[in-house]
Amino acid sequence: MLPHLFVIRSRKLETSDTFTLELEPIESGLEFSFLPGQYNMIYVFGVGEVPISISSDPRRKNRISHTTRMVGTVTKAMGMLKKGDVLGIRGPFGTSWPVDRCENCDIVIVAGGIGLAPLRPAIYYILANRERYNRVILLYGARTPEDILYKQEIEKWKSRFDFEVYVTVDRGTSGWKGNVGVVTTLIPRAPFESRNSVAFVCGPEVMMRFTAIELVKRGVKEDNIFISMERNMKCGIGLCGHCQFGPVFVCKDGPVFSYNQVKDLLFKREI
Amino acid sequence: MSVETLERILSEHPFLKDLKEEYLDLIVGCARNVFYKPGEFIFREGEEAHEFYIIRDGRVSLEISVPGKNPVVIQTLEDGEVLGWSWIVPPYYWHFDARVVEPTRVIALDGRCLRNKCEEDHNLGYELLKRFLTIVEQRLQATRIQLLDLYGAS
Repeated sequence: MLPHLFVIRSRKLETSDTFTLELEPIESGLEFSFLPGQYNMIYVFGVGEVPISISSDPRRKNRISHTTRMVGTVTKAMGMLKKGDVLGIRGPFGTSWPVDRCENCDIVIVAGGIGLAPLRPAIYYILANRERYNRVILLYGARTPEDILYKQEIEKWKSRFDFEVYVTVDRGTSGWKGNVGVVTTLIPRAPFESRNSVAFVCGPEVMMRFTAIELVKRGVKEDNIFISMERNMKCGIGLCGHCQFGPVFVCKDGPVFSYNQVKDLLFKREI
Repeated sequence: MSVETLERILSEHPFLKDLKEEYLDLIVGCARNVFYKPGEFIFREGEEAHEFYIIRDGRVSLEISVPGKNPVVIQTLEDGEVLGWSWIVPPYYWHFDARVVEPTRVIALDGRCLRNKCEEDHNLGYELLKRFLTIVEQRLQATRIQLLDLYGAS
């Protein structure tokens, strides 16, 4: 349970309030293995600990990256750190995107806002093993063109013939030539074979709820829809109870759940 | 090589799926192909709405013009989508501008002609209203989610 020390090797501002830290373990020889969709508890010394999904390539063991938005005390403090500063990391924790269980399927990745970060390792994994999957589609919604994460990388993905990328923004600006509208409006248009599709969804909870409804309407089986929850995770091991979500603990039984597992809870207001 | 006739395109379009043959014939009779270049307006706010459009390919943005500022894009519509329902709702004026973003081919359907036919045959009117109401409902839902400003920092 003691955190490992990691040094910040680079810091990149993704949008006005979102940044990516690339971290390297201080202990020599320490390799960091994780599965796409898992998260770490990141400790900013003197401030506190916060759960953040890993956003780097799972094949890369010597460096990991985390993308986060400056919203709370800890993430704001994280945002002030510089190259060479040291963080504590516990992890990896939680369940992962079932990338190995959906071979020979169409993969539909639906991301909203910063929800693209926890999906990025799955994208890396799928593209590295591209021959195992049928169509691979990314539907990404951001607030404005300025809020689009990983812009250069998205452009690279768009240029691939084996990866279909659709981006939409809620508020278009005059220079924006792309799609305007919520991410759910992309689902009826997206070219995937519903019956043989697996969907990975990550974004604000409300967005995931509406996305799941659209995917089901489109014919995707509920068992084949996976979402990543975020609910007050504190300890990472299902001990403190902060993230209890009905009968499950998000930190230990999640963050990745099948839609079927949590569907009833998602629609309960009191939880 | 199969010829893409208006009849075939329209009969296979989800919006007109399972429509009675006589109604489909009527609609095909009201249809024409149109091509728009980027920057062109298909319609503008305040103009009389006497057509609706099925986008074959391209992209069209629905906008509101704001004096002294850039227009605000409300939504974009693409291949296969239906553009415009003001022709069926009195007083038949467009509420937004429809500006072409990419070269766009549409099938334009004569709403004035269809309105008259709907008055004469309420079964046709009810069929079309049901189909347009579904589109209006989808757009309303999307707008409501958009209003939540989901991705903004909480």
